[in-house]
Amino acid sequence: MSATLSPAGFWQPDEECMHREDLGQLQLERLQATLSRVARSVPFYRKAFEAIGFDPDDLRSLDDLRKLPFTTKADLAEAYPYGLLAVPLREVVRLHGTGGSGTSGIVMGYTRNDIKTWANLMARLLVAEGVSKDDVLQITFDYGLFTGAFGVHFAAERLGASVIPISSGNTKRQIKIMVDYKTTALVSTPSYALHLIGAMRAANLNMNALSLRRVLVGGEPFAEETRRQIQEALHVTVTDNYSVSELLGPGVAAECLERDGLHLNEDHFLPEIVDPVTLAPVPPGAEGELVLTSLTKEAFPLIRFRTRDLTTLETRPCPCGRTSARIRRMEARTDDMLIIKGVNLFPAQVEAVLADVARSVPRFQLVVERREALDVATVLVEVSESVFFDEMRRQAGYRDLLRHRLASDLGVSFEVKLVERSTMDGLAAKGKVVDLRRR
Amino acid sequence: MLTVRTLDVAYGAITVLRGVSLHVKAGEVVAIVGANGAGKTTLLKAVTGLVHPTRGDIWLGGSSILSTGTAGIVAAGCSLVPEGRQIFGDLSVRDNLLLGGYVQYRRGKAAEVDADLKRVLDMFPILGKRSSQLGGTLSGGEQQMLAIGRALMARPTLLMLDEPSMGLAPLIVKEIFEVISRISKAGCTVLLVEQNARGALKIASRGYVLETGRIVLEGSAEDLLASSEMQRAYLGRDVNVDSERGTP
Repeated sequence: MSATLSPAGFWQPDEECMHREDLGQLQLERLQATLSRVARSVPFYRKAFEAIGFDPDDLRSLDDLRKLPFTTKADLAEAYPYGLLAVPLREVVRLHGTGGSGTSGIVMGYTRNDIKTWANLMARLLVAEGVSKDDVLQITFDYGLFTGAFGVHFAAERLGASVIPISSGNTKRQIKIMVDYKTTALVSTPSYALHLIGAMRAANLNMNALSLRRVLVGGEPFAEETRRQIQEALHVTVTDNYSVSELLGPGVAAECLERDGLHLNEDHFLPEIVDPVTLAPVPPGAEGELVLTSLTKEAFPLIRFRTRDLTTLETRPCPCGRTSARIRRMEARTDDMLIIKGVNLFPAQVEAVLADVARSVPRFQLVVERREALDVATVLVEVSESVFFDEMRRQAGYRDLLRHRLASDLGVSFEVKLVERSTMDGLAAKGKVVDLRRR
Repeated sequence: MLTVRTLDVAYGAITVLRGVSLHVKAGEVVAIVGANGAGKTTLLKAVTGLVHPTRGDIWLGGSSILSTGTAGIVAAGCSLVPEGRQIFGDLSVRDNLLLGGYVQYRRGKAAEVDADLKRVLDMFPILGKRSSQLGGTLSGGEQQMLAIGRALMARPTLLMLDEPSMGLAPLIVKEIFEVISRISKAGCTVLLVEQNARGALKIASRGYVLETGRIVLEGSAEDLLASSEMQRAYLGRDVNVDSERGTP
């Protein structure tokens, strides 16, 4: 398989195929510079280092990194909006964010160099996935504060590919453009790819007549079965992309055409795998939580960032020629973060919107299911006396307001159902989140 | 080719280099830039065995050179163009150059030294013209070329230069950097230490920024030139002035 699908080459061969010994030296140099810089420019890290008596000058090996504390998503939220920037804001040329207005979320800044590095790192992965300048990419990720669409967009342009920045939604138009513009590479969540396939089948469209050669998926975990379905329906290669918004966005890791683990851009992100409970390093090859340290980021460097993603690290050489370590495809999350239609979401964000609208936190339950390969999220909200549920008109108004606010604040559309207290009493045992997709 | 790993160097109680790690690959031009007193010269002295690190290690072509000694390091293909040229003012240009070929003489390659001398004089026609003149009578730029030529006489695979632009007029600085580029293109690996960050990074493939004994930035020369931090610290304030005036 690899012989016929072998990629045109490498985007940055010197880095991607570097001897692992040389990689270790480069990582050490970059780690040293990063630690010196954050100790000087980011009070959060300066205090963290002082608290444990760590001086960046004392770093002797990559293993010394283990002495340092972790950075968590909570730390990032705490520093909202600019507390962790390592450069003055005027040197930041782009800002991305996670979370809606209900909760503060996290703000990520990028300098001009960061943007350039980002494009190069993602371009490496695009090439590994078989994309060349001859490709026409249809990017169905949301263009907005989220990193997904822009991360792929600028990399594809840098590569010289043609980009269709269509953004998400409007399935009919997506399909028309895919046919008319002769899209060769679809960039989407796996569930949206399945949805498109379903829509094309329903429209009796001859999928063999499409120009499509590859589907680059990302944004949510998926089963191998999903990959098989997409590959067979569209006669394409499906490759998985791993992004970490807080760290970069897409461009962190992706599968090459071997599809045997995701190549991590290790010269820019130093990986560790730790036991999610004890936080101690796991034996080589064992599963644990992926922890990443940025080695080249200027505006928003992160030390030992806990991704909450469980995976393994594989350093065996890959037949594709890249020497970078590969992470196994993600299967589970270690916290309660949900990925709905490719958007990361915490139940607390839903809670915050409800609290804002209802002026007190009503009891609620979040139900996520998959209908015809698409995520459907429903919020069941308890209505008390404070809501005039006996008046149908006002009840409908409240529901619409909630639906509108959830969509605008969180970037995901929800169905909203109002339920009485007794109903909620019965549901409560299942917990705040019921995710029916993993069955 | 050259790998420095977590190097500490101290003069008595004063630590001058702190955990410095860097590498130079064959064929590269690597620039180490930084202000006066950052530890740049000390770093080159450590690589050439003139000072001994208190911690860390230095490898040249795969083996540690910590106990090799300066003569052995030069014999291993590592030549230094020292800060302030350090030419022999009372010797002729020709004799200065021949002294640079001493390692080759010791190897019994006298014939090759003659060929090398011709090559260096071809490379620097001005030295050819002044070959019998005393070194001390040359201009600053000519002395710098003599110092570079002398280092080349040892047939280095790694040429290290310590502030070659120091004290020279802008036009001469440009010429010196062009010479270094030419040496690199001829196949010699170059490690260049400079306060003139802009000039050095323009001819370098990669660079490191040394600040009070620590590496605080590293990256491709292009990225460093574009780095906001770099511009703030070196290119805006100090180095703009440097490159405009051509003097540090």
